[in-house]
Amino acid sequence: MRTYIVKRIGISVIILLCVTFIIYGLMRALPQSYVETMAMQLSQAPGAKSFDEWMAQLNAQYGLDLPMPIGYVTWLGDFLTGNFGDSWKFNVPVITEFANTIGISFAMGGIAFVLSTVIAVPLGILAATHQYSKSDYIISALALAGISLPTFFFATLLKLIFSVGLGWFDLYGLMGRDFAQLDAVGQVLDMINHMIMPVVTLTVIQIGSLMRYTRTNMLEVLNADYIRTARTKGLPESKVIYKHAFRNTLIPLVTVIGGSLPGLFSGALITETLFMIPGTGYTSYQAMTGGDIPYTMFFLTFIAIITLLSNLLTDILYAVVDPRVRIS
Amino acid sequence: MSNDKNVKPADQAEEQEYSLNDDRRVRVLSPGALIAKRFFRNRLAVVGLVILVAMFVFSFIGGLVSPYGQDQTFSTTTQLNTQYAGITETSSLRYNAAPGAEFGALVQSSANTAINSGATSFERNGVSYTIESPASDLYVISSGGQVVAYASTNVVSVPSGSQALPFDFQIAAITAISNASATEDTGADAPEVTEDGTVVVEEGGDAAADAADAQAAGNTFTVDGQTYSFDDSGNVMDASGTIVAMVSPFVISASDGNTAIPDDLRTALLTAIEVDASEVDYTAADGSEHTYTITYDAYSRVYNVTETTSNMVYDRYASPSPEHWLGTDGNGMDMLTRLMYGGRVSLIIGFIVVFIAAGLGVIMGGISGYFGGWVDNLIMRIVDIFYCLPSMPIIIILGSAMDAMRLDPWVRMIYLMLILGFLSWPSIARLVRGQILSLREQEFMLATEATGISVPHRIIRHLIPNVMPQLIVSCTMSLGSTIIMEATLSFLGLGVKFPFASWGNIISDVNNAFVMTNYWFIWIPAGICLMLAVLGFNFVGDGLRDAFDPKMNR
Repeated sequence: MRTYIVKRIGISVIILLCVTFIIYGLMRALPQSYVETMAMQLSQAPGAKSFDEWMAQLNAQYGLDLPMPIGYVTWLGDFLTGNFGDSWKFNVPVITEFANTIGISFAMGGIAFVLSTVIAVPLGILAATHQYSKSDYIISALALAGISLPTFFFATLLKLIFSVGLGWFDLYGLMGRDFAQLDAVGQVLDMINHMIMPVVTLTVIQIGSLMRYTRTNMLEVLNADYIRTARTKGLPESKVIYKHAFRNTLIPLVTVIGGSLPGLFSGALITETLFMIPGTGYTSYQAMTGGDIPYTMFFLTFIAIITLLSNLLTDILYAVVDPRVRIS
Repeated sequence: MSNDKNVKPADQAEEQEYSLNDDRRVRVLSPGALIAKRFFRNRLAVVGLVILVAMFVFSFIGGLVSPYGQDQTFSTTTQLNTQYAGITETSSLRYNAAPGAEFGALVQSSANTAINSGATSFERNGVSYTIESPASDLYVISSGGQVVAYASTNVVSVPSGSQALPFDFQIAAITAISNASATEDTGADAPEVTEDGTVVVEEGGDAAADAADAQAAGNTFTVDGQTYSFDDSGNVMDASGTIVAMVSPFVISASDGNTAIPDDLRTALLTAIEVDASEVDYTAADGSEHTYTITYDAYSRVYNVTETTSNMVYDRYASPSPEHWLGTDGNGMDMLTRLMYGGRVSLIIGFIVVFIAAGLGVIMGGISGYFGGWVDNLIMRIVDIFYCLPSMPIIIILGSAMDAMRLDPWVRMIYLMLILGFLSWPSIARLVRGQILSLREQEFMLATEATGISVPHRIIRHLIPNVMPQLIVSCTMSLGSTIIMEATLSFLGLGVKFPFASWGNIISDVNNAFVMTNYWFIWIPAGICLMLAVLGFNFVGDGLRDAFDPKMNR
């Protein structure tokens, strides 16, 4: 087991190096970078230096005059020593900006994840235990509809109905206009009010695949021999389903939970952008479209690390919950 | 789900001819037919298939049937009020100096004082002037027996294109007209005034007849041996009926310095003011019809003449109508047609992306699974790297890079397909590898090896067909997600760009909150199309999965 984990970690590190190199190369290869835009702005100020001079100075300042591989090594060295640099777009240290935004993303992602699990798993089990019944068809159709629903369309519909039509929520943002005048409780309530639509969007988007996953796995388990044995023993159906079948369904669910970990940290890029929630998703979207290399590099590397870690964690957890895996 | 119930009694009767253990009693279906049968038994799958067929017909045949093109714009006319002219009534005396005579502002003020006090002479700077009043509101000022100026509230203006009029003529004309209007005559035919207060002018009225009318009414005067006649709008005509001057207390100036106001329009406008009409219909010399509205601004004491013109503009966000069933979009293009072409783009992109991904995935997965060893290890590590790459951020970065490069929308679309395809092959490669790993151990593969079939042949003819069911299911499902991905990118403005339509960039109009709240017909149909298409692919994919996997379909 230990050698397995060590080997996995070793491979993960190599993969991580490749991934960060690819991302760094991509960012460096951007034809019109943030630096160029900034040099253009600076050179247009009255009495400023020429564009080329500004370019040279800014490139040197940001370490972009180095060749790509050397630049990568420099970046890697800085990253490993905890020097993440300053965000170009937000003008604060990368880590500060990230710390400011991660909380809100994590809260939203967490609530949505809990909500979707609580709704999806029982429905998935219901569909599996009543296969080919009316409720199965309805749940399957709803699950597929949830998967098929484009985030942006659903979010816009929500906005139209609840913001424009009913006026319950604001269209955008995390804080209302009178946020500063509210007391502490009011501020929290205001933020919660603003988070309802994004969380509903996230939940509806996630719920479909989770429901299907539960149903498929439950069906697989229900077809297993030990379930037939349990039934022939004369156990009541509820006991068969909740004690024998459901516990075994939990094993593949570990993969889903592990797989959704990076999502909790990376924030919902599209949803946050649609609702302009200042979480990591929206921030990184702005950084990426604005060519902010330090922030994007930090963010994408962070996600890659979390992805690898969660894969590792999933595999280990799998071995923990499923003795068959441990033996082989 | 057993088949016994579905067997009709008639069939049973036919089959009873065979003995009980006769093989022919069992209806043998080919594997394909068996899958089809299972597929069509699944209601959701059939619904999905129907949706897909409908979407394809809508997108690919609809575009041919639609009478409009993808980027054909439509125009509409709007009524636009533009300021045409201002008419001021002269209320104070205006001085006109004789040619060569000096009559400055200081002298004018002295003259004003004299006229107001009713004096007949005044002195200024040692020069004495005498004032005569040949008609009301006309004062002729002379000095030393020489006429140096006249003052009047009437203004003599010349028709466009004519030369300035002699000084004597001006005085004579004003005298005659002022005296005539004092006796209230109505000789010449004025422009017709309709009941609703609209003045109608017809171009090319009989000028000579007008002159004759005026003469008959005795509205004539003679200057330098020539006889002129005038009508009561102040138009002065010579013997041939040509208008040579216009005398009126009203001054018309065009708002646009380049516009020359036609004389008959001028007459019509003045008549309208006299009779308090608010609208003037005018047919210009070139046959175009104009409508002018006159409003009086009491503050500046100006009659404003506004012309109501109809301008051609793009028919933006027009509501659904018989011509445009779903209205028009922000560029004045037919929404339904855009939707059809958008569907075509979205579906084609989906297919090409999945085709690229499946091609790469099958090749890489096949090689990896068949050869195993270090090749397998290498390819699987590459797959791991791809899995670890956050694809959405990378596509966003590349999309904004393409924005910065200002790529042609067509080239951009091709790049988009390549990028999406290249980022989504690893999952298919993993699936194919897994399948091949288990198939490789089976006896039929040993048989192919024993019979000496070549390696490419073994992979293509014997392994790939066995992977096909899984592959088809996976591709169908990923068609749906690819279409959503493309739509999301286009929605963010990083995917398919104008002039090409795609369901995503049609919906991106809602970034304008006004469109979102007021023009549902712009984005709701596109969203529904998108959802239906993806739903169709998912239903069909799900149905195929169940049909291919007999274990699931008990």
